[in-house]
Amino acid sequence: MQQQGAQILINALKDAGVTTIFGYPGGAVLEIYDQLKNSGIKHILVRNEQGGVHAASGYARALGKVGVALATSGPGATNLVTGIATAHMDSIPLVVITGQVPRSMIGTDAFQEIDITGITLPITKHNYLVQRVEDLSRIVAEAFHIAQTGRPGPVLIDIPRDVAQGYCEYIPVTNVELRSYKPTLYGHSGMLKKAVKVIAQAQKLVVVTGGGVISANAEKEVYQLVKMKNASVVSTMMGLGAFPEQDDHFLGMMGTYGNLAANQAVQDCDCLLALGMRFDDRVINVPEKFAPHAQIIHVDIDPAEIGKNVEAHIPIVGDVKNVLIELNEGLQKERLVPSQNYPKAPTNVAEGLNVPYVLHELQKLIGQKETIITTDVGQHQVWTANHYGFNQARTFISSGGLGTMGYGIPAAVGAQIACPDKLVIAVTGDGSFQMCMQELGTIMEQDLPIKILLFNNQTLGMVRQLQYHYCDGRYSGVHFQKTVDFMLLAKAYGAKGYQIKTKEDITPVLSEALNNGCFSLIECAIDSNELCLPIALGGKSIDDMVIVG
Amino acid sequence: MKHKLAVLVENNPGVLAKVSGLFSRRGYNIDSLVVSDTEDKSVSRMTIVVDGDAKTLEQVTKQLHKLVDVIKVNDLTNDEIVSRQLLLVRVAADHDTRGEIIQLMDIFRARIIDIGRRSLIVEATGDEDKIEAIIKSLQPFGVQEIVKTGISAMVRSPKEK
Repeated sequence: MQQQGAQILINALKDAGVTTIFGYPGGAVLEIYDQLKNSGIKHILVRNEQGGVHAASGYARALGKVGVALATSGPGATNLVTGIATAHMDSIPLVVITGQVPRSMIGTDAFQEIDITGITLPITKHNYLVQRVEDLSRIVAEAFHIAQTGRPGPVLIDIPRDVAQGYCEYIPVTNVELRSYKPTLYGHSGMLKKAVKVIAQAQKLVVVTGGGVISANAEKEVYQLVKMKNASVVSTMMGLGAFPEQDDHFLGMMGTYGNLAANQAVQDCDCLLALGMRFDDRVINVPEKFAPHAQIIHVDIDPAEIGKNVEAHIPIVGDVKNVLIELNEGLQKERLVPSQNYPKAPTNVAEGLNVPYVLHELQKLIGQKETIITTDVGQHQVWTANHYGFNQARTFISSGGLGTMGYGIPAAVGAQIACPDKLVIAVTGDGSFQMCMQELGTIMEQDLPIKILLFNNQTLGMVRQLQYHYCDGRYSGVHFQKTVDFMLLAKAYGAKGYQIKTKEDITPVLSEALNNGCFSLIECAIDSNELCLPIALGGKSIDDMVIVG
Repeated sequence: MKHKLAVLVENNPGVLAKVSGLFSRRGYNIDSLVVSDTEDKSVSRMTIVVDGDAKTLEQVTKQLHKLVDVIKVNDLTNDEIVSRQLLLVRVAADHDTRGEIIQLMDIFRARIIDIGRRSLIVEATGDEDKIEAIIKSLQPFGVQEIVKTGISAMVRSPKEK
């Protein structure tokens, strides 16, 4: 039976297991929206395409499945760019669908025509311009396969309108075989053997959990190895939650903005087992000064990450979970030298109206309730990463690699849609919040009980802090001169508004907001002079940190 | 150091942009690039000459592999290969020098493919050294225009014992 291209797209999406799409309509996707209407796929109408792709990313990260965003051609497509780049840097599996002008008009600078496959070339894992309606079902199947296998990432499909209008038979694609794309899933046996010997002998083993541990769902295997060897664990920002924070083996986040004890352990250890991470410059600061005594075992599914920033003594390309299963099996047969466990630094938070303290109180109130925290980017993000204890994978959703302000609110939308029964809290600052706050409209419309915890210092705090460290305190362009009435804004979007003005307000206000069952905006005024400390400044090794401002 | 890479890619639209874009955005320099289809019409072969140290080359190779359209990357630098380049040169020539140029080009087995009143065009194929030598030998006569293709290369067939 002949079917319309748009219908074939919907069929293929459903066959790929899609139940939810975050999108925004337009002229080039009219047929797709027409077919979407009664398809059974839930469409979440966002307020800006950027919000749509961030929401798809939050959805993907909360659930561990591919997120789908849909936009029209031209400005619809260009609005996606920041979100696609964010997902690309953090290896988040997305399929992004854009409309395109009809094939006959491509290249004529037609209305709302943009070369989105050209624009997204460096920020997608792969992209397609669909040339024939007959190719559509195969391309959709390939896109899902590519997005979620190997190192995950965003894949874009650009569909000219006449392809969506065209007709052919729908032939479901059940098995994708690409001769040019075959991720390495299992570690090299020689390297695995070597790694087992080195880990078994290590006297001071530090395990680093990166985002790859979460993508590979390898938390249990990491836990097993750590316990077997009595190792210490540190994490990148992307890996938070992969190993329980409350465990004594966990020292904290490492890196420029990391925990001093975690950084010291990395610099002191004799063996560093780096799992699903890429030695980003915010993680290692200076390659030459990084982990000078360590035999580095680098496990990553992307061969291009091996040796890119830091030379590995033992490189293992493979899926972190598969590699760990084999390492653990090997280790069980070895006589293990117990590792010297580094002591966890006591958490030391001053009582008062500051972000770390508010987060501690928040966590106390939440207790065991299943919670997802999203953040925006800036000081509040670093404080959240360091001071909220993440004990489970997929409970911390934040833009790591690209550092995209405006990520947190739409990501919370995606996370809440993905997990309707969980408590979803977006921690943000007044700078980031105003970058994507149009998505309050989506939250209102979808009736999502999201809690937005907005720290307001009327300042772009992180940039201000950088100007403090690097520009001798010459603050430029970082202070908001006029106050926004966020309570009025909350009212406009149907949210319950709360303000925390004193230390005494913290517990009662948070408690009420957490238990009211509805969309809430909690504004907490903080001092703009606060610094995220400790911090390892540029050129310094990560254990050489500024402790006091 | 110069490296010759043989890159097999899916013969899809946009694949050249994907490969060349990768080089520019990661800061690698392409010396030359030749693309054509192969005995299998669904596969194109790119021969890319890139300048860089071993570490750069390792990254180039790995990043190329990451492109979904790239099937295979071979570094031919240390292989026994035959490599050829096509050269066209317009060189100044009048009836005093014409004979000398023709004689000279015979030595290189280069051909004269066009003769005008004041110039002629030489066509030659060869490896980089030969092409360089031809250009040098023509320079005293007055080289007016040079067009070169990139390098096409193939690994030598295994020899019998």
